[in-house]
Amino acid sequence: MSLSFLDRSHTIAKPGFSRWMVPPAALCVHLCIGQAYAFSVFNLPMTRLIGISQPAPDDWKLTELGWIFSIAIFFLGASSAVFGRWVEEGGPRKAMFTAALCWAGGFFVSAIGVYLHNLWLVYLGYGVLGGIALGIGYISPVSTLIKWFPDRPGMATGMAIMGFGGGAFIASPLSVWLMAKFSSATHIGVAETFIVLGIVYFAFMIVGSIIVRVPAPDWKPEGYTPPTVAQKLITKNDVYVYDALKTPQFWLIWWVLCLNVTAGIGVLGQASAMSQEMFPGQITPVAAAGFVGLMSLFNMGGRFFWASTSDYIGRRNTYFVFMVLGFFLYCAVPYTGSVGSVSLFVICFLVIISMYGGGFATVPAYLKDMFGTRYVGAIHGLLLTAWSAAGIFGPVLVNYIREYNVTHGVPKAQAYNTTMYIMAALLVIGFVCNFMIKAVHHRFHMKPDHEAQRAQTAVGAVSEPAGA
Amino acid sequence: MQQAQETSMGLKLTLAWAFVGIPLAWGVIQTLINAMKLFQ
Repeated sequence: MSLSFLDRSHTIAKPGFSRWMVPPAALCVHLCIGQAYAFSVFNLPMTRLIGISQPAPDDWKLTELGWIFSIAIFFLGASSAVFGRWVEEGGPRKAMFTAALCWAGGFFVSAIGVYLHNLWLVYLGYGVLGGIALGIGYISPVSTLIKWFPDRPGMATGMAIMGFGGGAFIASPLSVWLMAKFSSATHIGVAETFIVLGIVYFAFMIVGSIIVRVPAPDWKPEGYTPPTVAQKLITKNDVYVYDALKTPQFWLIWWVLCLNVTAGIGVLGQASAMSQEMFPGQITPVAAAGFVGLMSLFNMGGRFFWASTSDYIGRRNTYFVFMVLGFFLYCAVPYTGSVGSVSLFVICFLVIISMYGGGFATVPAYLKDMFGTRYVGAIHGLLLTAWSAAGIFGPVLVNYIREYNVTHGVPKAQAYNTTMYIMAALLVIGFVCNFMIKAVHHRFHMKPDHEAQRAQTAVGAVSEPAGA
Repeated sequence: MQQAQETSMGLKLTLAWAFVGIPLAWGVIQTLINAMKLFQ
């Protein structure tokens, strides 16, 4: 069977195609892979697969199950870095289709693992296959959206990456509902839930891969005139994916993202416990769960809001806002605890978490400004290793410093103060990194006779141009 | 001819946005209901 319909050349838009079809295509993928944020709903049920009502000695431990998500996030960073160039050159449809196969396959292999009670199969399924799907799926629509929306690249990528934050909203209640449907007094329906999720997500992602289109090389939005005056921090040139690694700009943005995510991810994972310990008696476990839900909404909304804002104030300035505002908010958190102001505490964390999401959503457009559109998806893939690193730094900083304080006699209500000041200090370093970012030196720009130019010409020759 | 093409694209746009928008809206409403517990 020929799979040529997946090729980039078969996805070039015909005249009359609306670019507003592309964000839903991207959302089809991001809403599905965003399920990763809700994977924890399976943790407790998977500790009772044998014992049913309570864990049996042969049941899996929570610590063993925690590795599933960690492996998936590791493979997210690794696959987006390794397959970035392939995604860029193969086109979005091929990448989305591959991501759909890996994502659904990961669920099916995990279902077999749960059925046979073999944890290694779950590691392989959700961890490895699912992680690869996360990496490929996450970067697959980025450069396509930037090419369709040269006038609003921040808003366009913000919309897709907002879907990744929103995927958990759908997955969490859906998974709980499915498990309840498939469970009985003698059985927990995790395997069946994995199979249904695999089928539903596959169908959803395939729809995305069918409707996605790339613009013809000479296409531009109606009425849009590219700026004629050169802007200092927005290049008109392209940088080859592996040459980007040789620039200081790539590593400075890597650190800016890593530090911003470290600060956010540390508190995101501990928000429930932190709020209850800082406000004992005022925030109950039920209220804390509500607080976590509200944080997820701001995480999602921040992705669209900040990325869209960056189109007006610039990417560098957006990150300056994250660093400066974040610094003051982290410093204010211990104060809110000392005066017992729950509302101030909640406001601080909601703004912080919106900027955490905003950091993810604004970075593709930042890379586009620095390195051009040609390899932005692949460069973005390489940059996501910053996320993997932050996934280790953030929780470690919060958990270990809290533990150290508690064992040294610091009251639980104040055990997070040092962490908050350290997070604020991290943002100062992020500010300095962001400040040092200048335009990429012209020696890194691709030359006109570069292979990419030739490839683009070849693609243009086999298909009818769109929107001429 | 062009009007038919525009109508068809409008329909496709509506369907595509509904396809992703309805599940997302459902998830957001579920989360908001849970989040309201913070204020109870």
